Amino acid sequence: MKAVKIIDSTLRDGMHSVSHQFTIEQMEKIATALDEAGVYAVEVSHGDGLGGSSIQYGFSLHSDEEYLNAVSKVLRRAKLAILLLPGIGTQKDLAIAKAAGVSVARVATHVTEADIAQQHIELSKDLGMESINFLMMAHMAPLDVMLQNARLMESYGADAVYVVDSAGFMLPDEVADRIKAMKESLGCKVGFHGHNNLGLAIANVLAAVDNGADFIDSSLCSMGAGGGNASTEVVAAVLDRYGVTSGLNLFKSIDAAELIIPLKPKTDEDVSSKLLLGYAGVYSSFMLHAERASKRFNVDARDILVELGRRKVVGGQEDMIIDVAYAMSRNH
Amino acid sequence: MEKKLKVAIVGPGNIGSDLMYKVLRSEKLEMAMMVGIIAESEGLQRAAGMGIPTTAEGIGPLLENSEVKLVFDATGAKPHTAHAPLLREAGKIAVDLTPAALGPYVVPAVNMDINLDKDNVNLVTCGGQATIPIVAAVSRVQGVAYGEIIATISSKSAGPGTRQNIDEFTETTAKGVEMVGGAKKGKAIIILNPAEPPIMMRDTIYCMLEEEGDPDAIVASVEKMVSVVQTYVPGYKLKVPPIIDGKLVTVMVEVEGAGDFLPTYAGNLDIMTSAAVGVAERIAEYIFHQ
Repeated sequence: MKAVKIIDSTLRDGMHSVSHQFTIEQMEKIATALDEAGVYAVEVSHGDGLGGSSIQYGFSLHSDEEYLNAVSKVLRRAKLAILLLPGIGTQKDLAIAKAAGVSVARVATHVTEADIAQQHIELSKDLGMESINFLMMAHMAPLDVMLQNARLMESYGADAVYVVDSAGFMLPDEVADRIKAMKESLGCKVGFHGHNNLGLAIANVLAAVDNGADFIDSSLCSMGAGGGNASTEVVAAVLDRYGVTSGLNLFKSIDAAELIIPLKPKTDEDVSSKLLLGYAGVYSSFMLHAERASKRFNVDARDILVELGRRKVVGGQEDMIIDVAYAMSRNH
Repeated sequence: MEKKLKVAIVGPGNIGSDLMYKVLRSEKLEMAMMVGIIAESEGLQRAAGMGIPTTAEGIGPLLENSEVKLVFDATGAKPHTAHAPLLREAGKIAVDLTPAALGPYVVPAVNMDINLDKDNVNLVTCGGQATIPIVAAVSRVQGVAYGEIIATISSKSAGPGTRQNIDEFTETTAKGVEMVGGAKKGKAIIILNPAEPPIMMRDTIYCMLEEEGDPDAIVASVEKMVSVVQTYVPGYKLKVPPIIDGKLVTVMVEVEGAGDFLPTYAGNLDIMTSAAVGVAERIAEYIFHQ
């Protein structure tokens, strides 16, 4: 039977949903439940990765180190993972994470910029960590460019490279093509991280699994930037019915998901922003920032998002939201 | 005719070549030598073709030339660490464009006056040159508890040196925001954007004030600073004037390159070479007025 490993990102991507404000107690409780549910790894970091706590992305309630130390103590089976975006986090952050008990380093770059991650991927390996890396906003680069960048990551020592649909823009056949090409072109393992902005997260997980993905990202109750990720509890049920071993226990996954329900933000009911992220191909974590800018500058959040898509803004450029909203407010 | 200070450039790559065009235009500097290590290199041949004395034997011949008073080092951190003591011994002032940062950080619009007599000065980073003046302008009016800068540059303008040592950028820039900008704590983030046609360098500066300050004074100080930077970086523009929200001040700038040797989108490289020439011209004035 086909098998995949599940990396749960509730405590990293899900940080976006709570504006990086999880308490230590919430993290410990959720991590404990995820450990029991059978995930391969629990990812813990600021939503924008280690070092992301900032005016640009929002300050987190605690430091990455405090969160990691706390979660590290409650995990029994699952590995502890972090996310790091070179340009935001540094090699020093990676060393701090290692000391806090992290064994999986996920280094992420925009799909065309893999070479800025060489030092960080090499250091992950030198520190004895599993190196699972992200090519973000994968939809923005032609297939051959994405593959060149994936091969670069592999050449630095990556154990796995992900196709990351950061904008929740991709349709299942696009996911299928990219995962298939990665499997054919790489010797290392391949993963998929999607966003549910167009309601396709689960369909895209199936497309990835069908084409040989070794790793799948998910989060409890779809917590995550924009429309969130594929729900861990739904992945557990769907992969079981699909005849794929995920290591997840369905009931325990549902128990874990129930911990999230009271923490879910109200913005989750807002459909227009997340839909437009996926439609315009805009980085999912821009959503709450665009909604804030919309109120501050009195312009429509939808106009901001469409304009950002037109300008081909990449992940991390949250300051462009202010730039665009400010310019729109001046033109009124 | 005004006296000119004889200068040399070590490292005839993209930065060194762009610098050469700017030196050739300067009324205070004279391009006395281009130093490289590969005779066939495009940069050396270009300089020679323009009638500039060149050497492919490294800095040896430069050290023997007593007429050259100031040397721009546009190589890398490691070579500059080797060059620095030799240049000092030979009595030459080094303007360091590499991340070696052996001498004090210098941003011409902010702290040139206290560094005119140094024998080695460092230009921080491109992001530092673009953003530290704004942090300094705000901190002159009101104490800055925390300064954070976001530098976004086009992928095409980020050379292998920047790409392979990206932490050097964030760490050095953050230090410069504190040491030269005057923020109690500094943070820097760099983002590469691959859009075509390439984007201009744009920078966002956030200052968290210790206490709310006089908005008019902050705006005036920032506008004045922008006009000072523009005297040596003509393509430096205030994109979003200070937005003041309680203790938070947000400013955005854009840097268009002069297009001397590098394309105009490479404002990040232009601001380094422009700042280097700005520093050297100030040092030339200082030497001639002594």
